[in-house]
Amino acid sequence: MSFVRDYAFQGAQMLLVLLLSPLLTGFVRKVKARLLRRQGPPLLQPYRDLIRLMRKDVVLAESASWLFRVIPYLVFAGTWVAASLVPTFRGGLLFSWSADLIAIIALIGSARFFLALAGLDVGTSFGGIGSSREVMIASLAEPAMLMIVFTLALVAGSTQLSIIAAYMLSSQVGLRVSLGLALLALVMVAIAENTRIPIDNPATHLELTMVHEVMVLEYSGRHLALIDLSSELKLLLYVSLIGCLFTPWGIAGPDAGPAAIAIGVASYVGKLAAGATLLAVFETAIAKMRVFRVPAFLGAALMLGLLATLLLFVSGSL
Amino acid sequence: MMAVYALYGVAVLLALAPIAVILAASPRATGIVYGASLVVTLMQGVIALMSLIDQPTSTATLPLGLPWLGAHFRIDALAAFFLVVVNLGGAAASLYALGYGRHEESPQRVLPFYPAYLAAMNLVVMADDAFSFLVAWEFMSLTSWAQVIAHHRDSENVRAGYVYLLMASFGTLALLLGFGLLAGSDGNYVFAAMRASHPSAALAALVLILAVVGAGSKAGVVPLHAWLPLAHPAAPTQVSALMSGVMTKVAVYGFVRIVFDLLGPPDWWWSMVVLGIGGITAVMGVLYALMQHDLKRLLAYHTVENIGIIYIGLGLALAFKAYGLAWAAALALTAALFHVFNHSVFKSLLFFGAGSVLNATGERDMEHLGGLIHRMPQTAFVFLVGCVAISALPPLNGFASEWLTFQAILLSPQLPSWGLKFLVPAVGALLALSAALAAACFVKAFGVSFLGRARTPAAAEAQETDGYSLAAMYVLAALCLIAGVLPGLFIDALAPVAQALIGETMPHQSGLAWLTIVPIAESRSSYNGLLVFVFVVLSGSVAAFAIHRLASDRLRRAPAWDCGYPDPSPATQYTASSFAQPIRRVYGTTVFHAREIGEMPPPGSTAPARLTVDLRDLIWEALYAPIAGFIGIATDRLNILQFLTIRRYLTLVFAALVLLLLVLAI
Repeated sequence: MSFVRDYAFQGAQMLLVLLLSPLLTGFVRKVKARLLRRQGPPLLQPYRDLIRLMRKDVVLAESASWLFRVIPYLVFAGTWVAASLVPTFRGGLLFSWSADLIAIIALIGSARFFLALAGLDVGTSFGGIGSSREVMIASLAEPAMLMIVFTLALVAGSTQLSIIAAYMLSSQVGLRVSLGLALLALVMVAIAENTRIPIDNPATHLELTMVHEVMVLEYSGRHLALIDLSSELKLLLYVSLIGCLFTPWGIAGPDAGPAAIAIGVASYVGKLAAGATLLAVFETAIAKMRVFRVPAFLGAALMLGLLATLLLFVSGSL
Repeated sequence: MMAVYALYGVAVLLALAPIAVILAASPRATGIVYGASLVVTLMQGVIALMSLIDQPTSTATLPLGLPWLGAHFRIDALAAFFLVVVNLGGAAASLYALGYGRHEESPQRVLPFYPAYLAAMNLVVMADDAFSFLVAWEFMSLTSWAQVIAHHRDSENVRAGYVYLLMASFGTLALLLGFGLLAGSDGNYVFAAMRASHPSAALAALVLILAVVGAGSKAGVVPLHAWLPLAHPAAPTQVSALMSGVMTKVAVYGFVRIVFDLLGPPDWWWSMVVLGIGGITAVMGVLYALMQHDLKRLLAYHTVENIGIIYIGLGLALAFKAYGLAWAAALALTAALFHVFNHSVFKSLLFFGAGSVLNATGERDMEHLGGLIHRMPQTAFVFLVGCVAISALPPLNGFASEWLTFQAILLSPQLPSWGLKFLVPAVGALLALSAALAAACFVKAFGVSFLGRARTPAAAEAQETDGYSLAAMYVLAALCLIAGVLPGLFIDALAPVAQALIGETMPHQSGLAWLTIVPIAESRSSYNGLLVFVFVVLSGSVAAFAIHRLASDRLRRAPAWDCGYPDPSPATQYTASSFAQPIRRVYGTTVFHAREIGEMPPPGSTAPARLTVDLRDLIWEALYAPIAGFIGIATDRLNILQFLTIRRYLTLVFAALVLLLLVLAI
């Protein structure tokens, strides 16, 4: 019986992240628009965009290869699986042991690897510029993320996300310098990974300053829909990750009753809304930086992560 | 008994060399030599695998070599594992060469050396006394050198061969001295005697340094890597694959044999040396690779990077072993050896792919390739598998071994030494950095060579490679997937090696539910490559099926969009250099003193503008150039000795004689 329930919850989680992610993006856009005193698009606009795109024909460049057509599905699958393994409203996910935090980060890395290849596939200059900048950013963001994982793993004694989240919820944690540094670094990495301002601007097109959007410039129709959905899933993944690691309150235990589950869902939605609002405020308040300032930004994140790890190597209680 | 069988195999390989000389003129020689090599290496591989699994230690002594010593051979767990790696790589290379070797212009320059080279690598791993080890080691160097200069009309290859020969001799010299110290004044050249006698701390330290230098120069650790990116690409491709995928592993074997087996219990600071070298090698290797646009040279530099990763694992194992944390040492050693296997598989695969491209287009320079995925779809697919594996991305094998290495790093706060407490996190950061940069580098390698549009007519008219080459590549690609999704099998197979060297093994993996791997305890970490792979494939297929059925499956072909400004010239694509430009700017300005020099013609002039990139190899300038300069000056000074009169020569001879007699008298 409990086995069936575990399957049901894992399935529910997969559907939940898939269904909520466009809403999260829509919410961020709405809050940003309101902050700028604009009306903004409706909350459900991302869903409409996705459905519209999926119904359209794919217009494929003549020089595109078979890989170009497979990549959207690979990117989507990798991101979706990664997002499904982050505890959202209920801990102790059935398959959480199949990939720990390092593997989740690496799955996101796989998705990015293929997306960067897609940028080069058609053989246009725009795709190339996007890919080359994306891998430059990733070459710093990934080690920074791994340093954050090291910090968390050393604090909790595990790289399993469910166990780290349970540890964070327990009273053993306390206030630690290393966790503060890790949180700061994680926020910086999350901004870079999701190509938000100040690293990149998800709202622009036709501008040489951007990274992600030029990389996927040649995509259209259902392929573009999948890539957009993957980006939305990735944003949700990072917000959920920060939520379950640093604000683990409300996540239901593995054998919680319906009431606890309801609280878990409510608190998760609340966390997403809070995260989205903070992101919107931050993006509205700050200007985009030049591409070659990005290494300094991410280098700082890497150093913060390394410092946090070093502190833990020196003393387990810092 | 196994050792005797394996020696028969080696004898067959050695006998193939003179047969190849006799047959060289015949057009069938290629098929016979590579076919026979394939069969023998396969049998050797089976023998090695049986010895690894059943783990009987078998020995054999031949009445060769030093008269009072004989030639001792022994297959224990460590040797058996490396024999598997050597012969798997050898078999794959032979299968590949059945097709590829037919395009060889001068087969008589390669064929005799190829089986001898395979035999030499087998002998190094089996040798059980210092004399046989060094003879086999030098034989391995010389046979590979002969193949490096097989295409001797290219002056670059001759230079590569020269640098290689110098560095190989230097490495052997260091090993010779190291074994001399280990043998002691009694001259106990048999490994069993060395194992029994524990040298003093100072002597052991000296042997460690000599082993790091001697084995390291063959493995290609920074700063002794200079020959590797010159020599590996110069050889014919199947030999490049063997040198990069297998011979560097034989060097790692030499290092492990000396440091973990012969040298006795380690001191804690040894691990500092090995870890430091490993971290620097990993990052420098990948940074060098990012700056390359020659496909084979890029792969050779990645060998340097992966050797760094292996040394990081070995360093951690030494640290844990020194402090008696045997279970952690077993984890780190298993991670390092698993990476040895993985690297030999995907690096051979990638070299084969590069060789097929070279055959099809005549080009190694990525700037002259592009769009090969349309012309060579199967080569492109297997090369992509290799790229994903070497970039340490799940669910393939590169990730599995790097994941284990990360798990070992996470255990190191338990080490009491302060030096290690500061060094290990830094090395962890370097490892993470090298993994991320490797992914960037292989986006470049695959993207520029295989994707986009053809940059030259040769690339536009490339033909898919032959069946033998493809078969070899498919086998290796399948191994990448199997080792990635079922790492537990490989961890269990490595248990006897860890048991022999550390005295402890990792927990048994194969009985676990769903074939998950759990290196320490389930509450700490676990990874299931199979499930991740199945999930990704399933969710991707479900998404594809649902969208095609419910939404739309129509597709139109049209010219590329490119923001409305598509340019038909393939020159508008990103090249390898332009792709690496952001990374060059971020890292290269410090590491290589990279400078971009733009030349703008004055207004009105129709001369083209030029952008040149100036990179400096600081290691070469700081280490090799002064030594080369010193040797040059010294030989100039000594040159007068060549033009003396006969009287002066006689005086010199007399003086030398007197001096020697004096030395003897004192």
